Amino acid sequence: MNPLLVLAAEEPAELVTSGFWVEWAGLILISPFVAFLLIVFFGKRMRYQGAEIAIGALAFNTVWATALFVLNMTRGVLYERTFEIARIGFLGGTRELVFELGWMVDGLSTMMYFLVSFVGLLVFIYAVGYMEGDVRVTWFFAAFSLFAGSMLVLVGAPNLVELIIGWEGVGLASYLLIGHYWEKKENSSAGMKAFYTNKLADVGLILGAIIVGVTLGTFSFSELSRVAAEGGSGLQTVASVAAALLFFGAMGKSAQFPLHIWLPDAMAGPTPVSALMHAATMVTGGVYLMARTFPLYQNLAEGVRPAMVVIGAITLFAVGLLALVQDDIKKVLAYSTVSQLGYMMTAVAAGGYTAGLFHLFTHAFFKALLFLGAGAVIHAVHSNNMSDMGGLRKYMPTTYWTFVVGSLALAGIFPFSGFWSKDEILATVGYEGYTFVMWVGIGGAFVTALYMMRAMALTFGGTYKGDGHPHEAPKVMTWPLIGLAVPAAFAGFLNIPGIEWPGIRNFTEWLAVRVVPMGDYHPKSVDVGLAAIGLGAALAGLAVGWWLFGRDASTQAERDRLEIPLLYPLFRKKYYIDDLALGLVWLIKAPFARAVLWINDYVIDGIVNGAGMLTRGLARFVYGGLDQRGVDLVVNGLAAATDAAGSGVRRWQSGRIQGYAASFVGGVVVLVLAVVIFR
Amino acid sequence: MTFEVWISEPVNWVFIVVALAVAGTAVKVVTSQNVVHAVLFLVATLAGTAALFLLLSAQFVAWVLILVYIGAVIVLFLFGIMITRAPTGRGVGLDNDRKGVALVVSSALFAVLTWASLSAFGTAELVDIGEGTPTEVLGRALLGRFVVPFEIVGFVLLAALIGGITIARRDATPADEEGRGG
Amino acid sequence: MIINQFLILAALLFSLGVYGLLVRRNAVMVLLAVELMLNAVNINLVVFEAAIRSTLAVGQVFAIFVITVAAAEVGIGLAIVILVFRNRKSANVDELNLMKW
Repeated sequence: MNPLLVLAAEEPAELVTSGFWVEWAGLILISPFVAFLLIVFFGKRMRYQGAEIAIGALAFNTVWATALFVLNMTRGVLYERTFEIARIGFLGGTRELVFELGWMVDGLSTMMYFLVSFVGLLVFIYAVGYMEGDVRVTWFFAAFSLFAGSMLVLVGAPNLVELIIGWEGVGLASYLLIGHYWEKKENSSAGMKAFYTNKLADVGLILGAIIVGVTLGTFSFSELSRVAAEGGSGLQTVASVAAALLFFGAMGKSAQFPLHIWLPDAMAGPTPVSALMHAATMVTGGVYLMARTFPLYQNLAEGVRPAMVVIGAITLFAVGLLALVQDDIKKVLAYSTVSQLGYMMTAVAAGGYTAGLFHLFTHAFFKALLFLGAGAVIHAVHSNNMSDMGGLRKYMPTTYWTFVVGSLALAGIFPFSGFWSKDEILATVGYEGYTFVMWVGIGGAFVTALYMMRAMALTFGGTYKGDGHPHEAPKVMTWPLIGLAVPAAFAGFLNIPGIEWPGIRNFTEWLAVRVVPMGDYHPKSVDVGLAAIGLGAALAGLAVGWWLFGRDASTQAERDRLEIPLLYPLFRKKYYIDDLALGLVWLIKAPFARAVLWINDYVIDGIVNGAGMLTRGLARFVYGGLDQRGVDLVVNGLAAATDAAGSGVRRWQSGRIQGYAASFVGGVVVLVLAVVIFR
Repeated sequence: MTFEVWISEPVNWVFIVVALAVAGTAVKVVTSQNVVHAVLFLVATLAGTAALFLLLSAQFVAWVLILVYIGAVIVLFLFGIMITRAPTGRGVGLDNDRKGVALVVSSALFAVLTWASLSAFGTAELVDIGEGTPTEVLGRALLGRFVVPFEIVGFVLLAALIGGITIARRDATPADEEGRGG
Repeated sequence: MIINQFLILAALLFSLGVYGLLVRRNAVMVLLAVELMLNAVNINLVVFEAAIRSTLAVGQVFAIFVITVAAAEVGIGLAIVILVFRNRKSANVDELNLMKW
């Protein structure tokens, strides 16, 4: 164990720093890779085409991670083990850079081990049913194991180098999985888009890691924390640069505005992939990185934090609005994930380390649940579009009820888990002085509730609009839903401010990772006023959503008219006019034709519909104006610039390999001369 | 050390002869318009190099060079020339039309390398060459401290062997594949 | 003997190898030039070993490794050349332009 890890003021005496479970925890990191190899070599011959190997590995991990989790919950764990891989001297041998691999077990890692393993296990089981009869099932489970394993390496890494290894592994596996149905061009393009966007961000991560390594001589997180805790005199500038670069890396992986563009496209993969990617693996990586390097931001790079808060706030609100105008149920959930990641990032950036991670914890359960529910629906109606669904409540009761639990948790309704974590974020952000951002967060809660109500209403309410007869998913798919619904509903109780469960340490205490010097704000009791406002916003969102989308089937036609522009984005402009006209007609018609009910209708419709229309308009604007035009303009502009530059340098690309060799040797000569001259 | 002192050592006379032979044959290797001649000049270059190694008392490496290169690699080259029916006569355009660029680049490289060695070692002498390294020392080093790289190199050779066979083998027709139960 | 007399000869051999690499059209000839460069490296390794006299004869050991890897490289390289020749009826590197835009 590295004694430097211990930084907290008060150290629980019963802390677990040795013993079987922590000393062999590295097996958690290895087992999915073993499963990967076994599946690749033997999977095809097995009864379930290799799925049983993947599930076995994850079950093993779940047992182990649960043991660690319980140990952490009751006593606290702290262990770090590293093996030196390489040692590189630089600056003429006066400094050394040590590369190590290993694993660490502390509150944060343990939580992530548990999340990845538990959610992963349920998703894997679900995938057996979902992928039945699919092409390449074996390869799917192999890549899936790789995905989970890479994430475990990412969260178990005791230093930045190993974290990057896991990080890139996650990126690779996600590329393979998003492009699983590569026969269709869009799908393979979506995979590449994800990969490229992440690669762009990875440049930031790697540069940041290099700066950290060169400055400290090590990549170790505990060393980083120690230096940061001591205040690292004179390191503020370099630390800020490193912190900004690391955050850029996290923005890519955690889909923060404007690098969120890959995530909705990533829905091209099979639904279990989306579930795992959005819940426990991949996108949480960025938030995890921010949490792991939290002391850096807290003590050394404070200047970067306001920018991070702003980006997080934009993400949580603006991108959340986009979910309102999607027809693809998975895209609704995708934009909602981006929005929730915005919450987490805002919280961590504002200083709410515990709050952000608590939201990560609860979000993993309910978002995985929602995706798996959506998958069950898609499985039943053979379409991603909510315009082909409707009325599924009758056909798929289990899916319906679990989906409702997930939606309420996501919307932040008392007493489901999302309520507690979102409330804690709001309280923390407000406490840290970002009052405006807190109100943005409350607005975000309203939007969240609104689009979840819309998704629920369009999917399960009304009458069935698709073809054929939908049926409830098989048991292998419904059991994971139930398994996730339980924590989605109750996980929030682990961290109610001011309440201590006997024998169990508070969530804050587990995460008051000894790596972090205390100073992370945690509310001592529930701020009833704020909680009421947050809950009120969420309930208002649900109510408006119900009013707009859920009332009854007779509004179906009107609803469809409103939805059409989204189906045909190319014609959007035309339908803007249509919408405008429709709105005008409605405004004129209401007072005249229904003069008798004027006051009544005006009050209700005015407020409710007004809020709804306003939000919808804003959403349209953000989606159509900012996202589709503004952000795309920048991206396309970059592409055009690259194209122009490419045309310019193309003549160097002569295809004559000896010309390249000549340039190469000539370049070496020039470099040597440059080093000599400028030394 | 002055040139007079240097030239007064008999071993340096030997060096001059061998070095001239090595340099001259190396020039021919890259300029000869006859491919078979080029390969044979390479044999001479390698033999000269082996002689240099003997001057440096590296007997074992010298014999390895002769056995592996002159014995095996050169034969491979001759096979390669014959199989690819490389033009073996004179004046068939063995070189491309960018000799100028190549000459400039390689001269610049030579200048940089020479400058680097001169500034690094100046006239530092090789003292105490002695009897050279006994083969026993090399053997113990190879199978002791360097046993892992040694095994890896062995694996690389095996991989190259298999790879060479796989790559150069004529592709089996689908019928062949089926016949073998694919 | 001074160290530099060997080093400069090696530099000359290496530069000649680069020259051959750049001008030769036939792929077999290119490989020949590469052998010249590897040989120059071997000379350097052996000279440095003679200069520092390490207990493990590191320089000579690595020269042996280089020779071994060079043999492997020639085997694979010639196999590739033969494959290319079989497919394109030519072993000239300047006619291999499939990578050209």
